Amino acid sequence: MTVKLTRRQFAAGTAASAALLAGTAPFNIVRAQGKKLKIGVLLPRSGFEAQLGIACQRGIDITQKMLPAFGLPGDFEIMNADTESNVDVARSRAEKLVNEGAHVLIGAFDSGQSAAIAQVAEQKGVPYVINIAAAPQITEQGYKYVFRNFPTAPMLVRNGLVLMKSVFEKSGITPKTVVFMHVNDTFGQAMQKGISAMLPSLDMPFKVVETIAYDPQAKDLSVEVAKAKATGAEMLMPVTRINDAILLVREMVKQRWEPKIVMSPGAPGFYENQFYRTLGKFSNYMITNVPWYNPRSAVTQKVLDEFTKKYKNEMFELNVGFSFEAVMIAVDAFARAKSTDGKALADALRSTNIKEHVIAGGPITFDAKGQNPNIISVTLQNLDQRPKVVLPLDIAEDNLALPLPSWSKR
Amino acid sequence: MISRMLDGVPRRARALLGLLLAVLLIAPLVVNPYILSILILVLYFAYTGQAWNVMMGFAGQLSLGHSLYVGVGAYAAAAIYTHYGIGPWAGIWASIAISVLCGLFIGFLAFRFGISGVYFALLTIAFAEFTRVGFDHFPWVNGSGGLFLPVEEYASNDPLNLRGAPVMFYYFLLAITVLAFLFCRWLLTGRIGYYWLAIREEPEAAQTLGINVFRYKMLAVAISAGMTALGGVFYAFYYNNLFPEQIFSMSRSIELILGPIIGGIGSLFGPILGAFVLTVLAEGLSEIMVTLGYDIPGFKQVFYGICLLLVIVYLPHGIWPPLRKRLGLESKP
Amino acid sequence: MPIELIANVAVQGILTGLVYGLMALGLSVIFGVVRVVNFAHGEMMTIASYAAIVAFGAWNIDPLLAMVPIAVILFAIGYVLQKALINPFINRPEHSQFILLAAVAIIIANTLLMIFGPDSRNVLVDYALDSLQIGPLLVDKVRVITAGFACLIAAGLFAFFKFTRTGRAIRACADNHLGALVVGLDVKKLYALTFGIGSACVGAAGAMMTLLIDVTPNVGPVFTLQAFVIVIVGGLGSMPGALLGGVLIGLSEALAGLFFVPSAKSMFAVAILILVLLFRPQGLLGRKI
Repeated sequence: MTVKLTRRQFAAGTAASAALLAGTAPFNIVRAQGKKLKIGVLLPRSGFEAQLGIACQRGIDITQKMLPAFGLPGDFEIMNADTESNVDVARSRAEKLVNEGAHVLIGAFDSGQSAAIAQVAEQKGVPYVINIAAAPQITEQGYKYVFRNFPTAPMLVRNGLVLMKSVFEKSGITPKTVVFMHVNDTFGQAMQKGISAMLPSLDMPFKVVETIAYDPQAKDLSVEVAKAKATGAEMLMPVTRINDAILLVREMVKQRWEPKIVMSPGAPGFYENQFYRTLGKFSNYMITNVPWYNPRSAVTQKVLDEFTKKYKNEMFELNVGFSFEAVMIAVDAFARAKSTDGKALADALRSTNIKEHVIAGGPITFDAKGQNPNIISVTLQNLDQRPKVVLPLDIAEDNLALPLPSWSKR
Repeated sequence: MISRMLDGVPRRARALLGLLLAVLLIAPLVVNPYILSILILVLYFAYTGQAWNVMMGFAGQLSLGHSLYVGVGAYAAAAIYTHYGIGPWAGIWASIAISVLCGLFIGFLAFRFGISGVYFALLTIAFAEFTRVGFDHFPWVNGSGGLFLPVEEYASNDPLNLRGAPVMFYYFLLAITVLAFLFCRWLLTGRIGYYWLAIREEPEAAQTLGINVFRYKMLAVAISAGMTALGGVFYAFYYNNLFPEQIFSMSRSIELILGPIIGGIGSLFGPILGAFVLTVLAEGLSEIMVTLGYDIPGFKQVFYGICLLLVIVYLPHGIWPPLRKRLGLESKP
Repeated sequence: MPIELIANVAVQGILTGLVYGLMALGLSVIFGVVRVVNFAHGEMMTIASYAAIVAFGAWNIDPLLAMVPIAVILFAIGYVLQKALINPFINRPEHSQFILLAAVAIIIANTLLMIFGPDSRNVLVDYALDSLQIGPLLVDKVRVITAGFACLIAAGLFAFFKFTRTGRAIRACADNHLGALVVGLDVKKLYALTFGIGSACVGAAGAMMTLLIDVTPNVGPVFTLQAFVIVIVGGLGSMPGALLGGVLIGLSEALAGLFFVPSAKSMFAVAILILVLLFRPQGLLGRKI
C-alpha cells in the first residue's frame, strides 16, 4: 500500500516538475512583511555526518517549546532539510528552502556545506546563522547576510592553548614535551595551521616534538600511536573526530602508552556519548578545551531539563547547544525587527545582544564580519564517564584530576 | 560538415531537439531559483556524462575514475585564479592541458602494457585515489583544508571572471552541453567515430585492418579528459570551494557515470536523458519523503538503488534506445 | 629510530595484512572464477559485521564463534545473489555488471543505515584490549588471533580447491570455461557455489573485523577498494597471492606510516597497485593473463 502510494505520488511529483519546466510555474518568492517567521534548517542528517546532524536537530526541535519561556515569540515555523553530508545537496536544498519562503537559514555543521549555503543566502538576501562550522574563510568573504555563532578554528586554538596553561598551573604538572596528532581533514588541517601559527606567540611551556597527521578514513591507528609513544612525550594533544578518537584511545590502551596528560585543544570526540558508551572506564580523565554550555546559566538549566525529559538516552552537548542558540538568535532578531524582510532581519542580527544564553562566554553579538567574538572555551574533563567542566573555576562542576592514572589500574 | 552531421537524422528528431533547446533557453525566465539550481545540476551531469561517454560509449574504455579529471580541472583553474588573479577563461586552458596530460599518462601506461577491461577500470580508480590523497597534502591548494575562491558581491554578473548569479552559470553550462553534443556528433560521424566503433567492438580486427588502436584509444582518453576538465572548472567557480575529499572521491566518479549508463551508453542523447532522469528522481524522492513525513535516513537511497537495479536488469542498453524507438526517432542508415 | 619500534610496527602490519588478505580472498575466489567484479564486496562484509554485532549484543556470542553461522548465512546470500541476479549478467558488458553490483551495494548499505542508524559500532569482548609481551615486542592479542584464523581459513579453502571434486570442478571452470561446458559441468551451479564460498569467506572476515575496527553502514567502499588492490597485487585467482598481497599492503602501509606522513600512507598501497599493474599485470603470484 505504502509503495503504491509512494509511486503514485512520485509520478505526480515528476509530472509537476515537468510542468514547472514547461513554464507554468509562477515566478514569485513571497516575502511578505510581518508574518510568521519561517526558519529553514539545513543539517546533514544522512551520509557520513549523520550522527552529528541528528544531534544538532535535537537542539532545533526543542526550541519551539522552550523559546517562549525566555520571552521570545513561539509562533515561528521550522522547515527542515537534509544536506545528506553533500555540498551539492546543501546548496540546492538552501535554494529550495528560500524558494519555499524561508526568511532565515540555519545550519549546517560542516564548513564546506556552510560555505555553499552562505553563497545562496548572500545572493538571495536571506540571513544565514551558522550553528557550527570552524573554517575561518566563511566569515572572511565580506558577506552581509552571514552570521556565525561558533568560534573559528584560530579562535578555538587560541582559547584552547590559553586554557592549557591554566590546567598546568592548577594540576602542578607542566609537560616539557608534547606530541600533536591530528586528523587530516578540513577541520583538522585548519586546527593544525592555527596551532603552528600561534604556538610561538603564546609562549607555551612545552615543545611539540612530533606532529602526526592521519587519514580521516583510517580504520586503524596502531602505527600512529606506536610512533607517538616512541617520542616519549609527556602530553598528547589530539585533534580528532569521534570514530578516530575511539580508535586512538583503544590503541593507547593496547600499546600501554600512558602520557601524563591527554588534552585536546578544541576538537570533538572525547565528550561525545558514543565515546563513553564504547570505551567505558577508559574514557575517563581525557581533557578537551572546547566551547560548552554554561552549567550555571539559568537558561541552560531550563533547556537541559526539557532536553533530558524529551531525549532520555541522549546527551546534551555543544552540538545541541549551538543549534538551539542559532534558532534563539534568529527569533530574537525577528522579535526586534518585527519583520521577515531579509534586510531588516540582517540589520537586527547585526545588533544582536543576548546576555542570557546557553553556551559559556559573553553576550552573543556579531562583529562587522558577522562573527561572534565572545565565545570562550572551557576545560572539560571526562569524570565518571561524562564530561564535566573543571575550568574556569566559577562555572566548574568538579575538580581537575591529573595525571592520567595507569590503564591497568582502572 | 554540417550536412554530414545532419545526415540520417529524422526530421522529427531535429524538430524535437530544437524544441528541447528552446525550452532550455527560456527555462530560466520562467522557473523559480530552486528549479534553476536543479537544472544546473542536470546540465552539469549531462555534460560530464557526455564527456565520459566519449571514452566508454565510443571507444569502449571503462573509466571509473573520472573524478580525477573533474578535480584536476577544477583545482587548476581555481588555484590560478586565487593565486594570480588570472580569470577562468585563461585558466580553462591550463585545466584542460593538465587534465589531458593526466589522461594521456594513464592511457599510455595502460595501453602500452595491454591493460584493458576491469584492470583498466581499477587503474583509473587507483589514480583518482592516489591524486585525492596527494591533494590532501598539497599546500599550494591548501591541502585538505580546502581551497576557497574569493566571493565578491553578486550585484552584477562578471562573465569574464565567471562570477555572478546562477543563471549565468546555467547558460554557460547549457552552451558547453550543446557544444559537447555537437562535437560528439561530429566525432561520431567522422572517420574517428568509425575507428572507435571498430576498436570498441572488435579490437583485434581493428588492429589487423591497420587502425592504430593505441593512438585512437589515446585520443579518446585525451578528448574525454579535456572535456571533463571543463566541467570541473565550472564546478569550481559555481561552488567556490573545493575539498580533495569531496571532488576526487570514488562516489563522485560513480555519480558521474550513472547518468550515461542509465540513459544509454554510446548514444548521444543518453547522457542528457540519464542526467535528467536521475537528478529529477533524486529530488522527487526527497520531496515525497518530506511530504509523507517519512524521514528515515537511507530510505531514499534504497529506493534509488532499486530503481537503478530495475533499469539495468530490464533495460540493458539504457532508457534512451527503447524510448527512441517508441518516439519513432530511429536514424535511418 | 629504535629497532623495537620498527619491529613492532612491522609485526602489527603483517598481522593486519593477514586479515585484509582473508577479506580479499573472498573477492579473489569470485573474481578468479566467475570473472565478475563484485562491487558489493565491502557491503557484504558489512552485513557480516552487523550480524556479529547483533549476535554479541543479543546473546553475548563471541564473534570468533558467531563467525561460523555468519559464514553459512553469507554463503546463502552469495549463492542466491549469483543465481538470481548475476547469472543473467555473465555475458553482459563489464559496465552493466558494475552498475548492477553498485546498485546492490547502495541497497545493502542504506538498508543497514535504516536498521542500525549511522553510529559506528563494535564488539568489545573482555580480551579486546589485551596485548602480549613477546621479548621486546608488544603485540595486540586480537590481531594475533584473527591473523591465525585467517591463515586457517585460507588453508581450508586451499584444501577444498585442491582435494575435493567440487573444488577441482570449479577450478576447471575458471581455467577453461568452454572446456568445462564441453565435459558437461553445470557451470551456472558452480558459479553460484563459488560466489557462495567467496561470500562465506567475506562473512568470516567481516565477523572477525568487528574485533579490530568499528563498523558503520557506509564503510563498505573503503574495503571494496582495499580488497581489489590486494587481489590485483597478489594475483587474480591465486589464493596464496591474496594472502601475500594482504601482508604486503599491510606491511607497506605500516612502514610508510612510520617513515613518512601517516595520513599519506594509503598512497603507498595505491602506488604498489599501479606498479604491479604496469610491470606484472597478472599480479605477483598470478598466472599470465
